Amino acid sequence: MSIEVRHLTHTYGEGSALHTVALNDVSFTIEDGEFVGIVGHTGSGKSTLVQHLNGLLKPTSGQVLVDGEDLNGEKVNRRALRQRIGLVFQYPEYQLFEETVAKDIAFGPKNQGLSAKEIDARVRHAMSSVHLDYDKYAEKSPFELSGGQMRRVAIAGVLAMEPSVLILDEPTAGLDPRGRDRILTMLEELRAREHTTVLMVSHSMEDMARLATRLLVISEGRLAADGTPREIFSRPGLMTSVGLDIPEAARLCGVLRSRGYNLPEDLYRPEELREHLLRLWKEAAKC
Amino acid sequence: MLTNITMGQYYPVDSPIHRLDPRMKLVLTIAFIVAVFLVHTIWGYLLILGFVYLSARLARIPFKMLIKGIKPLRMILILTFLLNLFFTPGDTVLVEFWIIRITLEALRQAVFYSLRLVFLVLGTSLLTLTTSPVALSDGIELLLGPLKKIHFPAHELAMMMTIALRFIPTLLDETDKIMKAQMARGADFESGNLISRAKSMVPLLVPLFVSAFRRAGELAMAMESRCYHGGSGRTRFRVLKLKKADWLACGVVALLIGLVVLEGILL
Repeated sequence: MSIEVRHLTHTYGEGSALHTVALNDVSFTIEDGEFVGIVGHTGSGKSTLVQHLNGLLKPTSGQVLVDGEDLNGEKVNRRALRQRIGLVFQYPEYQLFEETVAKDIAFGPKNQGLSAKEIDARVRHAMSSVHLDYDKYAEKSPFELSGGQMRRVAIAGVLAMEPSVLILDEPTAGLDPRGRDRILTMLEELRAREHTTVLMVSHSMEDMARLATRLLVISEGRLAADGTPREIFSRPGLMTSVGLDIPEAARLCGVLRSRGYNLPEDLYRPEELREHLLRLWKEAAKC
Repeated sequence: MLTNITMGQYYPVDSPIHRLDPRMKLVLTIAFIVAVFLVHTIWGYLLILGFVYLSARLARIPFKMLIKGIKPLRMILILTFLLNLFFTPGDTVLVEFWIIRITLEALRQAVFYSLRLVFLVLGTSLLTLTTSPVALSDGIELLLGPLKKIHFPAHELAMMMTIALRFIPTLLDETDKIMKAQMARGADFESGNLISRAKSMVPLLVPLFVSAFRRAGELAMAMESRCYHGGSGRTRFRVLKLKKADWLACGVVALLIGLVVLEGILL
């Protein structure tokens, strides 16, 4: 299903002393199967943006269209829609509440009104998607788990609704490298297996370099750039001008190029850079 | 979603009223409450209304916002009005049918009691709208200072108040976030009967309590690691000093009380 955002503007606390414009005339369309990275500085409006995509926030002006239908239209069943567009919030482990992991993950499917059998199947499937052993963890209290495990339980809670679009707001924030890698691997597998469209908000350009097929750069509530990671990371000065970094590999590539090494200008993945460096090294060895 | 609670929320603008010493504002608010209780005629209430209106203007607080603060009290107000209207004994009968008997005295009392409530709320919200929570609890601590001699924990009380007030917006934000997160999982907080609604609060309240306790633990740790050990021997960053404006405000409120008393005697 496609999501189209048209001239979206959102103002918090309109007409009071505390009023702030969080989003200002943002437009883009997301097609099936994309892995969209949403990047931006803290307070740039990323979280506000993703909350519009499943109707948790209402636009001050502009529209969000899902499969051509206005999300904030009168006849739209937003509750049903939220189950098709799954949103994982920042630090989702803080929303766990049930006695056992299995019950917590079942909360979403239960609200969908599924049968007990179907719910159980969904819970098992979701737990295997996030690499949690059902027999070991299903009957544990979510509050006994480690931070990384709790986060995976929370993500499983959204996956169990089997959304066709999955939105994650900084899913790797505050995790150690291993926890981070687990989440990213899980997303890669999910996309390969179930062709879920994924939108991910992140500060980590390395994560984006690894996963995203498209990047939306948000700066001060506006869409500063929209393109493939290759286009965006190779545009000089773009990321630094909005207060963000480029991936390590792209930076190293830039430094080497400025010292006269013959490298393409649009490398941003470590593997690509390694290949080109090996090629250069072999050429040099031949002479 | 939960941001429309205006009653008593600090309104951050700069004004002469905002700059007043919190101790003076506290004392004056108490004096104002006394004045409201001393009023006997409608002229007195007009005087009080004028005072509240001018103070709000001077504090650069939209009068509408102040009035909005009364809204949560409307049930109590209506109840007060009706109870007084029907159950106050009096002689001058205005309306009488069946068991209902409304007298002039009852009507008068109903109006006066309701007005009194309204002005109590207006006066106190004027205080909290113009005084930041930190300044307010500073003021309370200093005013209660003399009680420390009899081992009254004034500092601890003020610190607890500061912390509680400080965490109201945080917890509101948190509530909003958890609510949204659960709504994203298909939770329904709005429809259903009383029991199913109460049940639907569980996914909201459990995470909220967990996070409140977590925050409390973290805060206690952070305070101790910065060597906090209670009130004794603690110096202040902001030393409060009474200025000319404070005495002026004091004079204005004294005048108000004087006029109200005079009105009670003369009219």
